[in-house]
Amino acid sequence: MYQEQKAHLLRALVKNVRYDGRKALEFRQITVEYGISASAEGSARVRIGGTEVLAGVKLDLGKPYPDTPDKGNLMVNAELLPMSNPKFETGPPGEQATEIARVVDRAIRESKCIDVHKLCIKEGELVWGVNIDICSMNDEGNLQDAACLAALAALKDARLPKMTENNEIDYEAKKTDEKLPIAREPVEVTVVKVGEHFFVDLLSDEEILIEARLTVAVTEKGTICALQKGGQAQLSVDDIDKMVEIAQKLAPSLRKAL
Amino acid sequence: MSVYSKRFDGRGFDELRSMSAKVGVIPRADGSAMFQIGKTMAYAAVYGPRDLHPKFMQNPETGILRVNYNMMPFSGHGNRVRPGGGRRSKEISMVIQNALLPVLNLKEYPNAVVDIFVELPQTDAGTRCAAITAAAMALADAGLEMKDLVCAVAAGRVMDKVVLDLNYLEDSHEDGADIPVAILPNSGKVTLLQMDGEVTREQLKEAITKAKDACKKIYELQKAALKERFVRE
Repeated sequence: MYQEQKAHLLRALVKNVRYDGRKALEFRQITVEYGISASAEGSARVRIGGTEVLAGVKLDLGKPYPDTPDKGNLMVNAELLPMSNPKFETGPPGEQATEIARVVDRAIRESKCIDVHKLCIKEGELVWGVNIDICSMNDEGNLQDAACLAALAALKDARLPKMTENNEIDYEAKKTDEKLPIAREPVEVTVVKVGEHFFVDLLSDEEILIEARLTVAVTEKGTICALQKGGQAQLSVDDIDKMVEIAQKLAPSLRKAL
Repeated sequence: MSVYSKRFDGRGFDELRSMSAKVGVIPRADGSAMFQIGKTMAYAAVYGPRDLHPKFMQNPETGILRVNYNMMPFSGHGNRVRPGGGRRSKEISMVIQNALLPVLNLKEYPNAVVDIFVELPQTDAGTRCAAITAAAMALADAGLEMKDLVCAVAAGRVMDKVVLDLNYLEDSHEDGADIPVAILPNSGKVTLLQMDGEVTREQLKEAITKAKDACKKIYELQKAALKERFVRE
């Protein structure tokens, strides 16, 4: 079905050109805007080219899980809003939304981005819960990398709300100046293989051609904290090594937008 | 009865919060707009007319309008709003649809649907009105034939006063009423009217009359935002 388009893309790629004139391993322009929702404890808007996602952090107070009595809770959810793409429908999150949320969750959780011990107020009884919701506003491709960057930006923007004497959140009071304990800065770079070529930051038109993709979450130290292979094609060990190298090389340029 | 001598945020009783509007904010959509009033912010995107599935919902006589109102999970006052919507957003979607439908002519599009998706990233009361104001601009941006725009604002009562454009503190005040109103600015007709709270007949009439006047300001802002999108120097 997409054979013509694919052939066209491949011919262009050999010349190292994309639909929008970019090089194969070049990102579109990235911008980050903080504090876009006064209702959230932290929020951010990330644009990668025409792709736009919002992320908001809501904090709550509750009991820790029994197996982690001294750690705060983390939840990541993604909503692929039907507003953002004519193909997205209303209703519970589908496969793509679930994958995006879980892969962002892994990057944040496994890098120990949030020092969850510091979210503990009273061991076994009271901890902060950090709820990150990511909403796509306009999908022109590469929601995954935009979602992760937006989640991290919203976390960095978050300020703890005031607590009442009964250990509840005082929503009427102004937020405190206290930030979340952000220790690490994982960003995700999705590298895609079409034919024998690698490229990043795909447009929606290019995403339909994906044979294999690898989302690599890279920390500020350059280490890898989460992976997700997607697409039906197979990858060799060499492919994976190359894709990780590409992600490591590009990750600092995404982090710089923060 | 207690006297509401000064509004919680210092506004005059007939004064709207500061507003801004922008058309064409969602490039992928066929039409889109953003409307902000105070801290309440609504995005609306229009898709269609497009094929309607499932097929049994199709109407061979006319195209249909479908509205989906949604608060983002982090947009509420207080706790996180669970995604997926509930009875509240279902009802609001329906009344928004009824508020907008009178200005559209979808007879040209049998079996098709025009979808409007409304999303709110931050809220401070008056969300259905902001949604309608944004959606009307998005429909115009989509190039659909319209008999008029639609403007909406909440009027209401706090203690002894009729006020316009209630914020959260006023909306949730125990001695008061909230009356969202949608107006067709050219005919002056009402296409959405709801109320909760308690008022006298005189107060209701005063509230609707004031809402109608206030809608003129909203209408000017809508027209300016649409012109900004389409008129080139």
